[in-house]
Amino acid sequence: MSDEKQDPGLPGDDGGELEAGKPHRVIGTPPPAAARTLLDPDPAAGSGGRTLLDPAARPGERAPARPETPEPDPDRARRAERKIAFFFLLSALASVGFIAAYIGMPVHTMGRVFHSNLALGSAMAVGFLSMAAGMVMWVRQLMPDVEEVEARKPVASAPEARQEFEQTFMEGAQASGFTKRPLLRRSLIVASVPLALAPIVLLRDMGPLPGTSLRHTVWRRGMRLLVYGSNRPIRPEDFSSPGGLITVVPDGYQDNDTELAKAAAIIIKLAPGQLQPPTNMSWTVQNIVCYSKICTHVGCPVALYEQTTHHILCPCHQSTFDATRGAQVTFGPAPRPLPQLPLMVDPEGYLAAAGDFNEPVGPSFWERG
Amino acid sequence: MTATDEELGQPAPKALTGVGGWLDDRFRGAKGVRSFLRKVFPDHWSFLLGEIALYSFIILLLTGTFLALFFKPSMTDVIYHGSYTHLDGVRMSEAYASTLNISFDVRGGLLMRQIHHWAADLFMAAMLIHMLRIFFTGAYRKPRDVNWLIGVVLITLGMLEGLFGYSLPDDLLSGTGIRILEGVILSIPVVGTYLSFFLFGGQFPGTDIIPRLYIIHVLLIPGLFLALIAAHLFIMFHQKHTQMPGKGHTDSNVVGQPMYPYFMVKTGAFFFFVFGVLALLSTVAQVNPIWLYGPYNPVSISAGSQPDFYMGFLEGTLRSFPSWTWDLAGHTVAWNVLIPALIPLGLLFTGMALWPFIERWATGDYSEHNVLDRPRNAPTRTAIGVAAITFYSIELMEGANDLIADHLDIPLYTVTWIARFAWFLGPAIAYFATKRICLGLQRKDRELLEHGLETGIIRQMPSGEFIEVERPVSEQTRAVLLSKKEPQLLPIAGAKDENGVPAPGTRGMAGRLRVTANRVISESIPLTSGNGHGGNGHGGNGHGPAEHAAVGAPAHSPEVQEGEDSGPALDEPVPGADS
Repeated sequence: MSDEKQDPGLPGDDGGELEAGKPHRVIGTPPPAAARTLLDPDPAAGSGGRTLLDPAARPGERAPARPETPEPDPDRARRAERKIAFFFLLSALASVGFIAAYIGMPVHTMGRVFHSNLALGSAMAVGFLSMAAGMVMWVRQLMPDVEEVEARKPVASAPEARQEFEQTFMEGAQASGFTKRPLLRRSLIVASVPLALAPIVLLRDMGPLPGTSLRHTVWRRGMRLLVYGSNRPIRPEDFSSPGGLITVVPDGYQDNDTELAKAAAIIIKLAPGQLQPPTNMSWTVQNIVCYSKICTHVGCPVALYEQTTHHILCPCHQSTFDATRGAQVTFGPAPRPLPQLPLMVDPEGYLAAAGDFNEPVGPSFWERG
Repeated sequence: MTATDEELGQPAPKALTGVGGWLDDRFRGAKGVRSFLRKVFPDHWSFLLGEIALYSFIILLLTGTFLALFFKPSMTDVIYHGSYTHLDGVRMSEAYASTLNISFDVRGGLLMRQIHHWAADLFMAAMLIHMLRIFFTGAYRKPRDVNWLIGVVLITLGMLEGLFGYSLPDDLLSGTGIRILEGVILSIPVVGTYLSFFLFGGQFPGTDIIPRLYIIHVLLIPGLFLALIAAHLFIMFHQKHTQMPGKGHTDSNVVGQPMYPYFMVKTGAFFFFVFGVLALLSTVAQVNPIWLYGPYNPVSISAGSQPDFYMGFLEGTLRSFPSWTWDLAGHTVAWNVLIPALIPLGLLFTGMALWPFIERWATGDYSEHNVLDRPRNAPTRTAIGVAAITFYSIELMEGANDLIADHLDIPLYTVTWIARFAWFLGPAIAYFATKRICLGLQRKDRELLEHGLETGIIRQMPSGEFIEVERPVSEQTRAVLLSKKEPQLLPIAGAKDENGVPAPGTRGMAGRLRVTANRVISESIPLTSGNGHGGNGHGGNGHGPAEHAAVGAPAHSPEVQEGEDSGPALDEPVPGADS
């Protein structure tokens, strides 16, 4: 606000008048003390020695105030005061409204929550915004528009002060004997190292060591594939024709998120002849192939399947795998095909795993090899 | 309130002297508090950006405390039978169930959740934009470089705090984010698997991650935030705020309005304004509707999964990086994850942290700065900043490549390929374009300073020639234009003084590099033409040497602008033609 208004009141003209006449001082504003005139007399001197500023505009002489602030017109001030009061009262009203809405409006259903949120939120917004509006008007319309200049001292201490500090510091160091007693110094350092190590060691029990747990899943020979969601086993005949992607989980682990995070898989039935190497044909059953659902990039579940191209897409980072060719990567950041799960049909005719994945599923890790 | 002269003479009311005296008897604060009340704050709209961040943080503390009264950071399985009937009978974690409870069964709970989430987004956005303001105006220069570093740490912490916070409800969207976090941690060579197992208490997802993220989110990081924000503000206060260039604004003063009552009321109003806007947003704009996403399980996913915007950069780098991995001696190095997750953001933040020191090294400018730069007057810095913004924005957009492909009907892979090239081309183009624009604006400034504003009034001279009457710029504008500091050229690499001693800091390889950097960073259009540097500085646009000599004469401006001094004014249309 102050920037725009700087031009009209030519400070040079009024400054003197102000100093001479009674100053329009405001509570809290300082007198034009000597400290406030300790200013660079020519601000432009740094840029090539030109004296380009009107000397009357020097900040030191402008202090303390933007002089162009006449006594506010009493009528205008009274109007402004009424406006401000209106906003403050509106804010009070809104806050009362907030409390009323809290008491009067129950929740527990979608519709009621919607209305309660609307009422509480609007009341709160009006309460805060009108408070803000009132306060801004208060500053702009009732407070005189002052501008002050405060001197800045260089940040660095005076050389003498620094010297005194150094002296004090060295005296202390001497007195402590830290510099001249190497045994003390070195043993202190030796003591502090294990001291810092201890809290790190303390974190060891935050989790078990990985071991080979990332290399295996719970899939075993004969374990049935359950359709995720319905948890029903599935027969090869249940696929009437080649079609979409079905998510399957190992029987008995359908509610175990930690095991599912590795073991989740997808099955796709393809038309005869579509499956090609490097798909392991002996692991498929009647053109049904099963791949890990966990993306080899960073572990999102692959979920999108385009039937015409047989592309499996991971929605997180768009790694794309070819379902007909052993889920080889055709695009995106995934480095490896989705591992294939060997399938068989169990004695009762349901699809089951013929064993675990023969490689670790999911994202790369150091020990993966 | 305004104070009339009569009121000024009045003593302070009894209540004030009583309480004040009681306090002063114990803490001796009269002098210190008085100078605190008098403290002058410069005014500029861009100085409010940091305040937005500060107030968002306070609002986060307030709303977060409310949410913590009801939230259960537990991954125990429960079967939901609550008010949100669409999820009746669904297995979910207690964390997710309690978030549903906050949304649908606690009055004002949904509002507080939404304000908390919006405030987090605003907090990050305000910090980032505040950081850009500091960068482009050079406010990070000595003595404020340490405060700049604190700012870099605050932004980094903000990203972590936000990520951990929005993961707490254990919904499908955020759980997928945690899964990606696990993948990123696993990719760290040697220790990655161990770090992941320690963080998750075993295999992903386990049952420990939500309680652990919770305590980090509500205690550890907010504690660090409080300490660092306090330091950030104290340093700002102690060093006094920078100011924009203007009439009477120098490196050794502060021009503005005093703390009491002006700044106090204004900043109080601003707090209410920020809170009011957040309340309004949370009333009308739904954010993070976790009930629509459903509870997390590692088997499900929804398409179009985007994180909050401040993590979008990382999402973009992960999406666009190719699938490079190494299998070496039984070990896997996942460059495809490691590089995009760590390097681009690492470069950006390390570059940010080191920039004040790199710039000081290249410019040789070790002095204290309190008046801000206009971005155009530091073309290299501005160009680097815009290049960084471009880089960030490309990754942010690539983080939504599926949505871009969907909405703009561009093949998905094409979007990614464009992003892969734009990684490199975008920042380079932005750098060169910005630098040229800055230098062009400098030329325009010089024009303004030397020739004033074109009034559009054409006057015929006695000799029959026509000239355009030009009006000198206002005092304020003039002061702003003159705030430009001419860069200091370091001596040529290996140059020796009269004693045959090479100039310090320019020796050897590092010296040559430094001088080269100095030449790049010193590229500038001098404020006054004709001082020997000017002619070749702006690429042969028709200025003759004779004209420069005349224009550079010190006392000549007012006359020229009145159009009475026919000599140099005759040439005026020529420089105007190329602008």
